[in-house]
Amino acid sequence: MSGLFEIPSDLQNTYWGLVVLHLRLALVPVAAGLLVALPLAQLCVRLRWLYPPVLWVTTVLYAVPSLAFFVVLIDYTGQTETTVMIPLAVYSLVVFVPALVDGVRSVPQETMDAATAMGLGPLRRYLQVQLPIAAPAIIAGLRVATVSSISLVSVGMLIGNQGGLGNLLNDGMIYHQPRLIWLSVIGTAVLAIAADAALVVLRTVLTPWMPRGRSAARPAPAEARPEPAAPVLKDAAR
Amino acid sequence: MIRIDSVTKRYPDGTVAVDRLSLDIPDRAITVFVGPSGCGKTTTLRMINRMIEPSEGTILIDGKDILKEPVNTLRRSMGYVIQNAGLFQHRTIIDNIATVPRLLGWDKARARDRARELMGRVGLDPALAKRYPYQLSGGQQQRVGVARALAADPPVLLMDEPFSAVDPIVRKGLQDELLRIQDELGKTIVFVTHDIDEAVKIGTKVAVMRTGGRLAQFAPPAELLTDPADAFVEDFLGADRGIRRLSFFPAAGLPLLTTPVVAVDATAEQIAARATPDVPYLLVTGLDGRPLGWGEPHTLTAGRIDPARLIGHGRPFEHATESLRAALDCAVLSPTGWAVAVGADGRVTGVVSQQTVAEAIRSAHAAAPADEKAAR
Ligand SMILES: Nc1ncnc2c1ncn2[C@@H]1O[C@H](COP(=O)(O)OP(=O)(O)O)[C@@H](O)[C@H]1O
Ligand SMILES: [Mg+2]
Repeated sequence: MSGLFEIPSDLQNTYWGLVVLHLRLALVPVAAGLLVALPLAQLCVRLRWLYPPVLWVTTVLYAVPSLAFFVVLIDYTGQTETTVMIPLAVYSLVVFVPALVDGVRSVPQETMDAATAMGLGPLRRYLQVQLPIAAPAIIAGLRVATVSSISLVSVGMLIGNQGGLGNLLNDGMIYHQPRLIWLSVIGTAVLAIAADAALVVLRTVLTPWMPRGRSAARPAPAEARPEPAAPVLKDAAR
Repeated sequence: MIRIDSVTKRYPDGTVAVDRLSLDIPDRAITVFVGPSGCGKTTTLRMINRMIEPSEGTILIDGKDILKEPVNTLRRSMGYVIQNAGLFQHRTIIDNIATVPRLLGWDKARARDRARELMGRVGLDPALAKRYPYQLSGGQQQRVGVARALAADPPVLLMDEPFSAVDPIVRKGLQDELLRIQDELGKTIVFVTHDIDEAVKIGTKVAVMRTGGRLAQFAPPAELLTDPADAFVEDFLGADRGIRRLSFFPAAGLPLLTTPVVAVDATAEQIAARATPDVPYLLVTGLDGRPLGWGEPHTLTAGRIDPARLIGHGRPFEHATESLRAALDCAVLSPTGWAVAVGADGRVTGVVSQQTVAEAIRSAHAAAPADEKAAR
């Protein structure tokens, strides 16, 4: 039983406990980021002039290293999960805002006109027309944000074992146990792949109305938006 | 009645899209706005359901200012059909059609029953109910658009170039379908198009607009063709308005000749008796009474006329229902110069010469009062 998945007692957790912790640390910020991005993106759609500055701010925030966030946040939120989650949520905005704006803008004008003419008010138009039609773009954004968040969580080990599976990296180095490092790296990769696959399934379920074949191609991060895709790939540096 | 009362629309950039427009749109009829692109047709239509607010003037429905009603209540009482249908791509056909009933609070089952009923009315196969819009042809999507607009049985239907994006044959089918539905339902339809032929075909009254959003003429189509108000309208109607105007005169009054018609198994006596000096040909019909073709009497073999050796009869026209335009067209296209008249069952009811059609046209013109004005 012990052996492969056994981990040092200083982590006060099992391997599977760490997996769950890792998922929570990664996914809660993605959800929070999406919740913030939804109204923000809608504002950018309504007020066109707002979009470029918002995009600029999200990009600048994305360029701030997480360590810098930790230094500032630790005074307020301490060595807690919250301190890890806040920067992750902020980073996800750089993917979500453009994905949502592009998704909502991709709704054909005549569809919106028809909705207005049938007496759907602005809220109904948003919930019943724009969001569902933007779903493929939103999910493409979710995939990028989720995968990047899962890989970024590990950095939380820097503020005292708040990095989920990332904590094993630290221990692996301290105890000279390559097995722990492998457990961390492979575990993280498997989580990312599984989460991504789950989102692909979700998209298929949510969009029976999409012509098949077009949606089947695996969307590169570029499908959400070309520019932020590049920084996403550099996450390992954080 | 929808009354448009000196309405002007000035866009923020200063464009005057509609300029002091006044006209009364009659109930239970099709009123068509027609004019070149950019003349303010869409703007006018959208002011009726308040997707655009007028800068000046008022719009009244049955005497009531439309600004006094809650905007979504107003819109739900008006069906709206646009080019490319504007269907909700993420909803099935049946749910697209059920949109407004659902908004009005109908329960799902009732809204879907109603949607199914409408699919039948607009000529859609019920098997399409669970499909998504991308799985339908352009013409089918447009039918869904019409069904969706009719779903809550609104008294008013606003249609903005609904058939412009489909090919001519499908368009003709959709136009005929609309006229049929209108016969059954008697809606107040406001229809926008840039196609004058479409306007003349489906309009009870036609409002011709000119660039700058001004009304050039508002009249029934026959009057428009007979008596265009000015050079712009005349030009817009096109070169062959004289011919097109004939669509408004029934062919039913045409005197038909029944003598020069023989059946394919006619005897020598019958052929001799039917041949007249006035008509160089005899029309041969099948045993079912349908036309086969023309032949000179002396070339016809008694008892067994060979249909392969006859001269083509061209397209026959339906005497009781079609217009002088159709009769003239058939006579002009017929190799013999004689048009073949048939009944609704396709059986020959007689033949008529180009000269006779021309005389009928002259007397029809003489009888049309609007024509006298044009002659002045
Ligand atoms: N939102 C707008 N802002 C400024 N000008 C507009 C706007 N919408 C339409 N126009 C202008 O108003 C005129 C009438 O437009 P429209 O009603 O769409 O014409 P039509 O439907 O007859 O082609 C055009 O010159 C068009 O460019
Ligand atoms: Mg238009």
